[in-house]
Amino acid sequence: MDMPVPDATVLARKSQLVKRLQQVLPGDAIVSDEIETRAYECDALTAYKCPPMLAVLPSSTQEVSDILRICFEMGVPVVPRGSGTSLAGGALPTADCVILGVARMNRVLETDYDNRVIRVEAGRTNLSVSGAVAERDFFYAPDPSSQLACAIAGNIAMNSGGAHCLKYGVTTNNLLGVTLVLMDGTVTEIGGGYLDAGGLDLLGLICGSEGQLGVVTEASLRILPKPEGARPVLIGFDNNEVAGACVSDIIRAGVLPVAIEFMDRPCIEATEAFAKAGYPMCEALLIVEVEGSEAEIDAQLKVIKEIAGRHNPVELREAADEDEAARIWLGRKSAFGAMGQINDYMCLDGTIPITELPFVLRRISEMSQEFGLDVANVFHAGDGNMHPLILFDANKPGDLEICEAFGAEILKLCVEVGGCLTGEHGVGVEKRDLMVFQYSEADLEVQMGIKDVFDPGWLLNPAKVFPLAATEGRRSS
Amino acid sequence: MMRPESEAELAACVAGATGPLAVVGGGTRGVSLSGEALCTAELSGVELYEPGALTLVVKAGTPVAEVEAVLAEQNQRLAFEPVDYRGIVGSEGVATIGGVVAGNISGPRRVQVGACRDFLLGVRFVDDNGAVLRNGGRVMKNVTGYDLVKLMAGSWGTLGVLSEVALKVLPQAETQATVKIHGLDTDKAVQVMSRALGSPFEVSGAGYDPETQEVILRLEGFEASVAYRAGRVREILRDFGEGVVMDAAQSAGVWEELRDVKAFHGCEGDVWRLSVKPSQAPELVTRLEADAFMLDWGGGLIWALVPTGTDLRARAGQFEGHATLVRASAATKARLGMFQMMSPALEAINAGLRARFDPKGIFNQGLMTPMMKPGHKE
Repeated sequence: MDMPVPDATVLARKSQLVKRLQQVLPGDAIVSDEIETRAYECDALTAYKCPPMLAVLPSSTQEVSDILRICFEMGVPVVPRGSGTSLAGGALPTADCVILGVARMNRVLETDYDNRVIRVEAGRTNLSVSGAVAERDFFYAPDPSSQLACAIAGNIAMNSGGAHCLKYGVTTNNLLGVTLVLMDGTVTEIGGGYLDAGGLDLLGLICGSEGQLGVVTEASLRILPKPEGARPVLIGFDNNEVAGACVSDIIRAGVLPVAIEFMDRPCIEATEAFAKAGYPMCEALLIVEVEGSEAEIDAQLKVIKEIAGRHNPVELREAADEDEAARIWLGRKSAFGAMGQINDYMCLDGTIPITELPFVLRRISEMSQEFGLDVANVFHAGDGNMHPLILFDANKPGDLEICEAFGAEILKLCVEVGGCLTGEHGVGVEKRDLMVFQYSEADLEVQMGIKDVFDPGWLLNPAKVFPLAATEGRRSS
Repeated sequence: MMRPESEAELAACVAGATGPLAVVGGGTRGVSLSGEALCTAELSGVELYEPGALTLVVKAGTPVAEVEAVLAEQNQRLAFEPVDYRGIVGSEGVATIGGVVAGNISGPRRVQVGACRDFLLGVRFVDDNGAVLRNGGRVMKNVTGYDLVKLMAGSWGTLGVLSEVALKVLPQAETQATVKIHGLDTDKAVQVMSRALGSPFEVSGAGYDPETQEVILRLEGFEASVAYRAGRVREILRDFGEGVVMDAAQSAGVWEELRDVKAFHGCEGDVWRLSVKPSQAPELVTRLEADAFMLDWGGGLIWALVPTGTDLRARAGQFEGHATLVRASAATKARLGMFQMMSPALEAINAGLRARFDPKGIFNQGLMTPMMKPGHKE
């Protein structure tokens, strides 16, 4: 993976830039020491590292505006950063960039239960948004696996999803407004405590734009009342295809579970060894969760169990109490940690039409033989969002490259069957050069044209999302 | 009027355009535009429907009624409940799915499940040069590149001409019921709706009619669940009054009435639609001095009837939200514009995007240009 050659004229202006930033920021908000900037050299895609020229840690929208205006005037690239949990390299620096970290901006600004909206600073972590409204039994719905650490800023940049978006949608469906600072320092407000902001849907455009159009400093988020209760069932099958068919039948039956999670045998074995959740050893395992009152849960699970029964499951386990429910989720929630214990892994998140599930799983397993690397599959089956984990050894020369080539083939397969490269992690640098498999040159040109409108100098997170070759003329102009 | 019968013909029409185009689906939304009419109604038919994946891909000119019928056969529906504007604006014709998407038209269930744009998975559209572009796809989770899908929804045909849309659909509810509470002023009504929507009982519609002083709260789902939740909703609202439960047939009727704003059909006056912060609705409706109004979305949506030619935005003054002129004479719409003025920074971005998508200015000129500004040359 290539990154642009650092701009020598920008690097030469480092001390001048620091001086200007010192006029608008307190001293402890500027990280310029070469050892300290290493803390920002990568995000959760740790295969790639590059310390930035500087990192800045603003505490207010005004400071963000000042930083961006100065960088704009001096032609310095800026890479916005939430908590640095991106799996796609969305916050990977270049050597000539300023990392703009919003972690200090983590306050709750307004909690409005009557209008079911919370206003927070964008550096606040996902889980602590729910935490802030838990006392009144409300929650914020999007729940990415990294929710303990990840920031709302990054959630908005990547349009993050989670296990429960089958019912509640992803970030874009739960975002009502933002304060957006443009690259030239202009502060704008889009939307707010009401539905459907006016004019063109800029909120929809900002969400998922990977920090390339502006820096979000505050967000109005939809909060929802917690359901009365929730209960999962665990269903084991001796065949992937049957499990896939069961998912489809559940959805067709008119029940809409909040989550349908899928794990295959390699994943079950790894998590069982790690978390000892008591999962059955089988080819495919579904976790289906429904919500409501006790009676409503019973009624929905009755339908689901009937459907599952028609597919001859090898195991059908309903949680009798909270403890059992937690055990059912335990394995799923520790899946990534379990894989990390065994090996280095690369996590992909292509989405496919769920009808293609059996075919895609079969092809992945064939490719696994071809490339000589193991794959474990764990994913959000209800919406077809795959998470193949390719296992490799980072210390073995050439293994990362084989893994990346294998990953690229899986993602191309996702596109070929009518799906997409990424369902919730974002493109970042990881999938940047694969974009041509999903979109034509003209499709990408219209997207890049949008960045031209927001950031004509291509200073914001410039080397991401689009194939590097396609953006070269824009970045260097 | 140009009526292309295929995407390729549509592309050729746009490529060959010598002047402004007025893009129209079924022409039911009360938008009148100058320019040569380009109608997408012949681009009709279902391309792909997978009930087990909750996805539907359909050509933009397909009638909404046809889409709904196809879905109904599989007990599914468009969950965002598109509003039929014909009665409101006094139009005729057949509403198309492309028009619904272009206007981001969403009904009462928007408050619970989201707007049309939240159900839009992918688009194909023809750009100003006649090139066919794609964004999104037909899968439910997709963050590959910028989300032009959302941008196209609600852009009223000003950025390109939709040729095909992919939608997420949902199962139909087995049944529904409505809890009705009588004798409420606007203040109390919004409190009632907020409490109901803030409860775990999955209220899928919350509306208020000041004429009858009634709040209606809709519950949908499996029979036993609906009965249970209707009971619980009555309980938590008891201090506001005794809720009456309407059965499925009555319930369906009252929601269709509110969705299509039947109270304002066929009467004198202009109709505005305001998206607001629900708690601000009571104060705002006082300021509006409307001849009549209705609340939907728990107070978040105000439908207001005002004397012909009134600029309701002047009466509303500053508020968090925005207003859209839905029914008025073509002259009034031309004079006032249909949409609300935004901040200068947002105006600049809107104008910049529009210039980027349509540098020649051929798509729906004059539409989505907010209130005329001083010095604006028409």
